[in-house]
Formats: sequence, structure tokens, C-alpha cells
Amino acid sequence: MITIENVTKSFRNENSRLVALNDVSATINNGDFLGIIGSSGAGKSTLIRQLSLIERPDKGTIWLDDVDLFKLKGRDLLRMRRQLGIVFQGYHLLEQKNVFENIAFPLQLVNMDKTAMRSRVEELISLVGLNGKAQAYPVQLSGGQKQRVAIARALASSPSLLLCDEPTSALDVITTKSILDLLVEIHRKTNVTIVIITHELSVVKAVCKRVIVMNEGSFVEDGSVREVFASPKHDMTKLLLSYQEGLL
Amino acid sequence: MTNLLIKGTFDTLYIVSMSTLFALMGGLPIGVLLTVWKKDGIAPFVYGEKLLSGIVNTVRSIPFIILIIALFPFTRLIVGRSYGVEASIVALVVGAIPFVARLVESALAEVDEGLIKAAITMGATPWQIVAKVYLVESVPALIRLVSLTMITLVGYAAMAGVVGGGGLGDIAIRYGLHRYQTDVMLLTIVIMVIMVQLIQSGFNFIANRLDRRRA
Ligand SMILES: Nc1ncnc2c1ncn2[C@@H]1O[C@H](COP(=O)(O)OP(=O)(O)OP(=O)(O)O)[C@@H](O)[C@H]1O
Ligand SMILES: [Mg+2]
Repeated sequence: MITIENVTKSFRNENSRLVALNDVSATINNGDFLGIIGSSGAGKSTLIRQLSLIERPDKGTIWLDDVDLFKLKGRDLLRMRRQLGIVFQGYHLLEQKNVFENIAFPLQLVNMDKTAMRSRVEELISLVGLNGKAQAYPVQLSGGQKQRVAIARALASSPSLLLCDEPTSALDVITTKSILDLLVEIHRKTNVTIVIITHELSVVKAVCKRVIVMNEGSFVEDGSVREVFASPKHDMTKLLLSYQEGLL
Repeated sequence: MTNLLIKGTFDTLYIVSMSTLFALMGGLPIGVLLTVWKKDGIAPFVYGEKLLSGIVNTVRSIPFIILIIALFPFTRLIVGRSYGVEASIVALVVGAIPFVARLVESALAEVDEGLIKAAITMGATPWQIVAKVYLVESVPALIRLVSLTMITLVGYAAMAGVVGGGGLGDIAIRYGLHRYQTDVMLLTIVIMVIMVQLIQSGFNFIANRLDRRRA
């Protein structure tokens, strides 16, 4: 279980102070499939950077079960990072390494035994539907295939949380659908907690069970996808819904 | 005369390859440190970076011919004399290390920043990021850098000929300049041009073969 507790993060420019996360709190349960949605500048990426332990908040903290993530240092911090799987919008694969080696990367970091590594990577390759592509290099793959590699890599160390930052924003609708189907399948098979950060309402509607709506650094709505979208309370949610309907 | 030119060619090749090798051994770690020690690098150490960067810039701003002469006492200390092939290598290595360090730094700067961030979030240590991300991703650039260093050193090695540094430059000056044998001078130039061409195309070929971004 992940507890986001009164997290505040601001950025200072020469003469102004911008509050990117304004005292946000939420609990993410094991096995949740959560969507966090908000328009540009709402603070989604900032939240991801706190959750992925790249940045630390000014105030508040995040708990994983009973571990205070921002009290971790050195080895413990590295070990905790290895328990989080993260998928980025821009894939960020090793361009000079093939699919197999990319997926094996997190396992090499912990010096996993070669035979165990091979079978783990092969298992992941088939989980994400890339059979026959083990020797291909990223340049030879489509965007959707690269994102499959990135998902497999994020899952390699069997994380308890899979964080996806705009995982489909660079993909066309059909590829988006196939990646979302893959995430649903992974969730069903492994029951890993999945958090998808997105600005696309359709993504949340298609796969998430729960949704948090962000606006100007705050969580303005938090509930089951069905309830929140059936009876939106905040203007931002209504706005998002009206644009969605206008576009369809 | 032919024998002399052949010996000069081999001497130049020897000087250039040895000094490239040592310059890489010195320049690569310095280039890596300049990268990781930056304020937003993976192991920030701003004072270290500033100091190192200052030293690199200082050595780079000394004209090479002056550097050779200034290094005479040091060269004598290391190889026993201040002229000849070995002496050239010492001066070239000192002159080329900062050059290589800057090239390494700019090669590493080309590595996708998002990938570095990703490696951090995967729990990679700074050492692992250097060894498994920075150096792996910049292999083609590093190979091109070796060729650029060698080519630059062909020219610098010829300059070392002015102070009796051995190799083709030495021959060009002793025979071409002092004894007015223009044909010898021309031949040494032709040989050096061919040498540069071969180094350039050879390393380019290898770099392209190893670059996995080419489908
Ligand atoms: N490193 C930073 N320095 C200064 N300001 C920042 C920094 N990172 C984010 N911000 C500011 O914080 C606010 C929230 O940014 P954030 O990137 O989290 O938004 P977002 O919801 O991810 O938007 P988008 O959908 O455009 O990616 C923005 O106003 C942004 O300008
Ligand atoms: Mg963002």
C-alpha cells in the first residue's frame, strides 16, 4: 500500500514561487489500477518524480507500507528504486542494446545469475508479445513495440508498483489500444499495482478502476471511474468530460 | 632515402598510436568525471568539476609548440632525454589528454538524458550508469573520437619534428627545410595525407558497423 501524505512541492524562479503540488494526499491500495488525470501543468509529472524517488517533496512524504520513502538513503534507496517499475512516454531504451539486453538491464544491475536471467527475460518477452524480437535493436522497432520493451523492462524486477507516465501519448489510437490491453492483461495476471498518469480521458475510461483528477497542484476528485465520471463534482472534471464528448 | 621515409612513416605511426593510447587512458576518465561531477550530473561535485575543467582549459590554451618546450624538464625526467620518438610521445600525451577529455565529455552529453534518469530510477549506481549506460551508448562516438585524436596527433607529431621529435615531421624539416630537398618534403606530406585518409575511413567504417542505431 502506498500512502501519499500531505505532499507539497514548489519551484522557485527569480521572483515567483510556483506550487506544483499543493498538499496532496491519497492512498493507493495493492492491486489498484489508478488513473491520474489533469491538464497540462496540473503537476502530474511532478507527482511522478516524487513517486519515483527522483525528487524529494518540500513537505509531506510517501509511505510504501510502513517505509517512509524519503528517509531512505544509500543502499536502501537503491534497493527501493529497484522495487518500482516505471514506464516513460519517451521509452528511453538503450539504443545500442537489443530487446533482450534492454529487458535484462535491471536484472544485470543486481547481478542476477545468467540462467535465471535468461528465463526471466524470455518469460517477459512472451508476456509483452514480442516473441521472435529478442535480437532486434530499438531502431528496428515501432513505437508500440518499443513501449512493450519498456513495459517488460519495468516489470523485470517484479515490482510491487508499475508507474506509467503518459505511456501512450506518443502512439496512435490503435497502438494505444494494444498497449492498454497489455496493461490490463498484466494487471489481471500479476495483480501488480498500476498507476497511469495521463491527460487523455479515454485512457482512464478504457482501463482504470479508480481515478484522481488533478488541477493546479491539487487532487480535486478521487473515486471509482464510474462514479466520478457519472457525477463529476469539480469543474475541471466537467471540463475534461465536456471536451471528450465534444471531440467524439 | 626510401628507407629513411619508411622509417619515418613507422616512427610517426608509432608516435601517433602510442600517444593516442595514453591520451585515451588519461582523457577518458577525466571526460567521465567532467560529466558526472556537473551540477546536474549523476554524482555532482561542483568544486571538483570546476578545478578539473580549469586545468583542462589551461593546458588546452597553451600553444603546442610552447608546451613541448615547457615540458622539456618533465620529458627528460620520464624518458631520459628531450628529443626523439619517446620524448615526442610524452609531449603529445600531455597535450592530447585535455583534448580527449573534452571530446569524451561532448560524446557523453549526447546520451539521452531521459535514459540516464530511467537508469537512476531503476536503482543503478553511478558506476553502473557510467559503465552500462554512458559508455555503452556512446561507443560509436567514442570510436570516432579515437580517429579524430589520431588525426590531430599526426599533425602535432609533425610539429614535434621541429625540436627533433622523430618521424615524418623531423625528416621534412631536416631534409626538406634545412637541405632544400623539396621532393622529400612533398613525399612526407603525401604520406601524411594518405595516413589521415586511412585512419579516417578505417575508424568510420568500424564506428558505423558498431552503431546499432543504423538499421
Ligand atoms: N524543474 C522545474 N522548475 C520550475 N518549474 C517547474 C519544474 N517542473 C515543473 N515545474 C512547473 O510545475 C508545474 C507543474 O508541472 P508538471 O510538469 O508537473 O505538469 P504536468 O501535469 O506534467 O503537465 P504536462 O501535461 O504538460 O506534462 C508547471 O507549471 C511547471 O512549469
Ligand atoms: Mg508532464
